[in-house]
Amino acid sequence: MSDKKNEQTNILRRRILTAGGAFALAGAMPMFYSTNVWAKDFPNDPTKSKTVTLGFNIPQSGAYADEGADELRAYKLAVMHLNGEGDGGLMNTMKPSMLKGNGILGKKVTFVTGDTQTKSDAARASAKRMIEKDKVIMFSGGSSSGVAIAQQSFAQEAGIIFMAGLTHSNDTTGKDKRRYGFRHFFNAHMSGAALGPVLEKEYGTERNAYHLTADYTWGWTQEESIKNTTEAMGWNTTKTVRTPVGAGDFSQYITPVLNSGADVLILNHYGKDMINSLTQAVQFGLRDKQVNGKDFQIIVPLFSRLMAQGAGDNIKGILGTTNWNWTLQDEGSQAFVKSFGQVYGFPPSQAAHTCYVQTLLYADACERAGTFYPPEVIKALEGHKFDGMGNGATEYRAEDHQCFKDVLVVKGNENATSQFDLLEVVQQVPRSQVEYDASIFGGELGPYKG
Amino acid sequence: MAIFSVVVLTMPLWMQPFGAAYPDILQKFVIFGVFAIGYNILFGLTGYLSFGHAAFLGVGSYTAVWSFKLLTMNIVPAIILSVVMSGIFAVAMGYVALRRSGIYFSILTLAFAQMCYNLAYSVLTPITNGETGLQLAKSDPRIIDRLFSEAGEGLPSTTLFGIETSGYSGFYISAVIMIIVFYISLKIFNSSFGLKLKAIKANQNRMRYLGFNTKPYLLSAFVISGMYAGLAGGLLAATDPLAGAERMQWTASGEVILMTILGGVGTLFGPLLGVIIIKYFENIFSAVNQLDLHSLYAIFPAWLENSLVAISSLFVGEGWHMTLGLLFMFVVAFLPGGVLEGLQLIYKKIKTRLIKNNKSTGTDTDTKQETGANHGE
Repeated sequence: MSDKKNEQTNILRRRILTAGGAFALAGAMPMFYSTNVWAKDFPNDPTKSKTVTLGFNIPQSGAYADEGADELRAYKLAVMHLNGEGDGGLMNTMKPSMLKGNGILGKKVTFVTGDTQTKSDAARASAKRMIEKDKVIMFSGGSSSGVAIAQQSFAQEAGIIFMAGLTHSNDTTGKDKRRYGFRHFFNAHMSGAALGPVLEKEYGTERNAYHLTADYTWGWTQEESIKNTTEAMGWNTTKTVRTPVGAGDFSQYITPVLNSGADVLILNHYGKDMINSLTQAVQFGLRDKQVNGKDFQIIVPLFSRLMAQGAGDNIKGILGTTNWNWTLQDEGSQAFVKSFGQVYGFPPSQAAHTCYVQTLLYADACERAGTFYPPEVIKALEGHKFDGMGNGATEYRAEDHQCFKDVLVVKGNENATSQFDLLEVVQQVPRSQVEYDASIFGGELGPYKG
Repeated sequence: MAIFSVVVLTMPLWMQPFGAAYPDILQKFVIFGVFAIGYNILFGLTGYLSFGHAAFLGVGSYTAVWSFKLLTMNIVPAIILSVVMSGIFAVAMGYVALRRSGIYFSILTLAFAQMCYNLAYSVLTPITNGETGLQLAKSDPRIIDRLFSEAGEGLPSTTLFGIETSGYSGFYISAVIMIIVFYISLKIFNSSFGLKLKAIKANQNRMRYLGFNTKPYLLSAFVISGMYAGLAGGLLAATDPLAGAERMQWTASGEVILMTILGGVGTLFGPLLGVIIIKYFENIFSAVNQLDLHSLYAIFPAWLENSLVAISSLFVGEGWHMTLGLLFMFVVAFLPGGVLEGLQLIYKKIKTRLIKNNKSTGTDTDTKQETGANHGE
């Protein structure tokens, strides 16, 4: 009897619970999207509207603000070109291309912007605003791998594609890769693979390296990749020191280098951090020193023209790698430099290049898929081979959403002809030399439906 | 109280014209509302200016995310744990910091919070994942969840017994919690405990001469407000399972002080107003760009439109900090009681004018007015 009663109350309670839950869900349903409920309708479907909105989430303040400003210029240019304004830029050289200059799938492209503040929290809040309020169908942006990874995992939850801008950490397409995240930029592992042989040729096989590393995912993986490469050549790693991002003053980290017995300093820094640490290292006389009978050398594995501009004369002769440089002579690079220069009056940076290319690649993938439905667009991007966007023939690898293309080893130009001619391409390392097995970093892409 | 609940729960409707009716900002409104309500219990009642409350927010978030990683994706244990954890932190910090008062107290709390922040960045990276921030992974153990079901495809999302806690449902859950904690703070304000806290603010020495040991009261107020902050941190993680060290930075502590002062220190609704103003500025104002301005001023002739856009673009977008700063200066200089005082002034002005108008129209309405007033009382 009591059992039965118990059972009854149990059932009653369950019914109340389910009814309550169903009620709450039903009440909220018209307004919020749940990634489990869409079959063919998907969040922010632009099919019924005349325009399609893209979100550009970039750092407008903090250590990477310069890069962010240049990225935004590139995005605006890409939107112009997609809408058939301007000279069309890379749309003329991209092969294959289905872009017609009438927006994406016939819809005019508009955009909204946000400030990531180079903080994961702020970036996600800003991305949420774009998705929930401005109804973007794709968002893009970058300059910090930590922020990119945070946004990418949010992209997966929300079911909105994220086209990463500048992010160089191995984790972005390695252990933290996501089905909804794509990266055109190269990564630390590729930098190491490209830089290694050049370092061996220039500085020999008996060196002692001292690392100063930005203390977050990008710094960690770059330190690891460069360390692996150099140690394989026979170099010693004297010490690795982590420095906070945006430290401003690096003198307390550079002083110990002087007496460490190291003869190479590797700066795993980027943006304003790299400008400050390099300038201070030069001021401390590191480059004029002789250690172990060899000239002291500084290496900056990830280089950009914007940083070179900030560091001035200090970068002369310093080796590093870069994704793209405006002095490249191929058709695509030339077309991009020309149309960027016409609008803004100076050449674009590598950050601008990668963001511009990402936007066009997304638009083209929608055209090829014939829909904005994310799983189809993702399939159109996976394994896509294209050319004519600078860097030669490129492939979006399906296994980890990483682009594979040639990598540039560069050197700070000793005799610059203009204020922009700061990097001299030492070697264009072919794609085959930097390719690696997708499984070495682990991670899982996850499902097609967020 | 009922009106308050209705106002909060209908936010998605009346925020529509302000362009702020989307889940993320609504969640931020109520979650930071919890934070500010708690902060107001300490600062508003006792007058102790803590510069370290962000530390509790951060502790709450980290605890909640770890609970998601290790135990279950259900937010109930996560929130309870984050409140408990931040309570423990608050006891430790309060025990040390409350030995001093005034500016020394502020400096001690600031130092403590910055210490937490820097530890989270450096030594404690295995726990906090440093700059990248603590995130969920598919391979996390989630012991309790695994007892009932197998791991699904993709990352699980946070739930409250099956209801997803992102989007609008996340807002409603947080809003209900905020209404509850608002009610608790209302009770505290009106209790004898609250009265003693106010007495501490008025004159702590006199309290001591009367034979009260003020320390336990101060410490409880500090711990309660610390737990409120931890709850807010836990809710932040519940609606978006990610915890970053920047939540602990002193700027985050400064933000809650700004919210409280801007809205009205020591009042019940003031801090909530402050939260809405600041979060609105941060999320909406900062995103307005020149294109939006051009469409706003489109009715004016071109030259006027362009000059208006040029002037106002200084104050929106990246310039939102400046607008907020100006507003803050105005409030501090002219309305020491915060925006709430301003609203009350306006309300009084309107009321007296109405009564005056009524008086001039005749005695008939006058008597009605009086009876009405009597009824009201």
